Amino acid sequence: MTGGMMPAFNRHGVLAIYRFEMARFKRTLWQSLVTPVITTALYFVVFGAAIGSRMGEVDSVPYGAFIVPGLIMLSIFTESLNNASFGIYLPKFTGTIYELLSAPVSALELVLAYVGAAATKSVGLGLIILATANVFVPIQIVHPLWMIAFLILTATTFCLFGFIIGIWANGFEQLQFIPMLVITPLTFLGGAFYSIDMLPPAWRTFSLFNPVVYLISGFRWSFYGTADVEVGVSLAATVGFFLICLAVVAWIFRTGYRLKN
Amino acid sequence: MPAVISISGLTKTYASGLTALETVDLDIRKGEIFALLGPNGAGKTTLISIVCGIVTPTSGTVLVDGHDIVRDYRASRAMIGLVPQELTTGMFETVWGTVSFSRGLFGRPSGPAHLEKVLRSLSLWEKRHDRIRTLSGGMKRRVLIAKALSHEPEILFLDEPTAGVDVELRRDMWALVRGLRESGVTIILTTHYIDEAEEMADRIGVINKGRLVVVEEKTTLMKKLGKKQLTLHLLTPMTSIPAGLGDWRLALKDGGNELEYNFDAGEERTGIPSLLHRLSELSIGFKDLQTRQSSLEDIFVSLVSERNPANSSSPLAGEDRGGGSEAQLKASPHPKAPSPAAPLSPSQGGKEGSA
Repeated sequence: MTGGMMPAFNRHGVLAIYRFEMARFKRTLWQSLVTPVITTALYFVVFGAAIGSRMGEVDSVPYGAFIVPGLIMLSIFTESLNNASFGIYLPKFTGTIYELLSAPVSALELVLAYVGAAATKSVGLGLIILATANVFVPIQIVHPLWMIAFLILTATTFCLFGFIIGIWANGFEQLQFIPMLVITPLTFLGGAFYSIDMLPPAWRTFSLFNPVVYLISGFRWSFYGTADVEVGVSLAATVGFFLICLAVVAWIFRTGYRLKN
Repeated sequence: MPAVISISGLTKTYASGLTALETVDLDIRKGEIFALLGPNGAGKTTLISIVCGIVTPTSGTVLVDGHDIVRDYRASRAMIGLVPQELTTGMFETVWGTVSFSRGLFGRPSGPAHLEKVLRSLSLWEKRHDRIRTLSGGMKRRVLIAKALSHEPEILFLDEPTAGVDVELRRDMWALVRGLRESGVTIILTTHYIDEAEEMADRIGVINKGRLVVVEEKTTLMKKLGKKQLTLHLLTPMTSIPAGLGDWRLALKDGGNELEYNFDAGEERTGIPSLLHRLSELSIGFKDLQTRQSSLEDIFVSLVSERNPANSSSPLAGEDRGGGSEAQLKASPHPKAPSPAAPLSPSQGGKEGSA
């Protein structure tokens, strides 16, 4: 190709990566989609039907329905991190990263393609889990547009975070380290299964240092109109996390950190 | 011929402090086959990686058809295809899927006709629906070439393209490279197999310890630096060279059964007729004679060892600078290719002829 023919935006390049990642998703459909759906369904059986029926309402919402936003968020966090980190780590691991680095693709286009594909999978998964939950418990969505907005924003943010982890990781152990040892505990302690108002005052204050609290709280507000923290604060925290991830990704591409020698 | 790649003052020092390239200046002409030779760790792959955008240079500039590889990276990279040294392919994609991906990645719209042509030329068409992991090493190498050609590049980098491939594939690749050159593609080739460069290249560059030692037309290089050798198989063995033959650089070999005369291939007067005349005058008979010209490999070994005195006892030993554990010029595994040994050893594949 003559250099002068290259457009300012490499649309074909972005689409090639996006399709490649979606094809990988299809090849691993069982692992990517069916496993989280089954896991979430088990949560509903245990917490919603078995235990939830013996528990009272939380913030005027039946317990089984109350945990739905938290469970969706738990899956979104985990899957977004896994999809995006694996997507960029795999070319590093196999050595095919040479092709990405030597292609006429900008940093923005690379992020758009990888994070876009990972976010597509995560949002799709979130909606499927929502549909699954609806089978087990009655669900009400007071602010559907905000629900979609929180879902997309959170998925995109965690995909960016996963992209950073994928570039940082030097092995499969490091790839799993943050999702398993940081995000999952923070989610369980971030109000996925309870309202932080149920905690003693000292623990409640301590929980407010957990960023996941704001993400789950905002998402739950879009369902039931009630929240642990102000929805504006939740939105600001989510957008803030998104911007931090974006800045880190920009720094990675500016310096070539763990991508280029 | 205009330069399609212009490299000026290119230096690369890695974070470890290792200087892989030191002030390299090089112009690659449009449409030529340029062979870059050097021992392991000499800086060949670093040089290619910088031009392709995989490694960031410490200083210096590279222009690809006038486009700066940093400021105008889109235009420069769109012109380049790269076949890497390692067999770095995906595993689960099909051959068709991976070449389609490469074409799109380099900004080209879907082009099934071109991809079919490329796959057919590499004998991959029948394998287009196969997953890459099911292919043999040679076939994977072909896939890498197909990927590099998928976006119709004007410049093709082949980094050790025939390392570990069989004779048939090697011949196919040579034919393919020649065909590409015919269609106007500029080809930059790195190889350990010197006979490959001798066979293919228009110009040769020798790099050692990050410095370009020589860049020359292949024929000029061989003429300038090549040596010729005349061997006379004597009828009667000699114990010493007669005083009457003192004007020629002669040596006795094979226990006095052979008289060896070394002369410069580039010189107009070789001194052979006068030597033969003098032998006749001295009644020294011979039953056969042979001439032999030093190969590119001999010249390469001589260039690298001249500039690397530490290795003078073993002229083929290159230094390993982190590129791998192997630190020697590879012997070609193919029948035609010479194995690296002492220069001008008759068994080592120089051009030989009997008179």
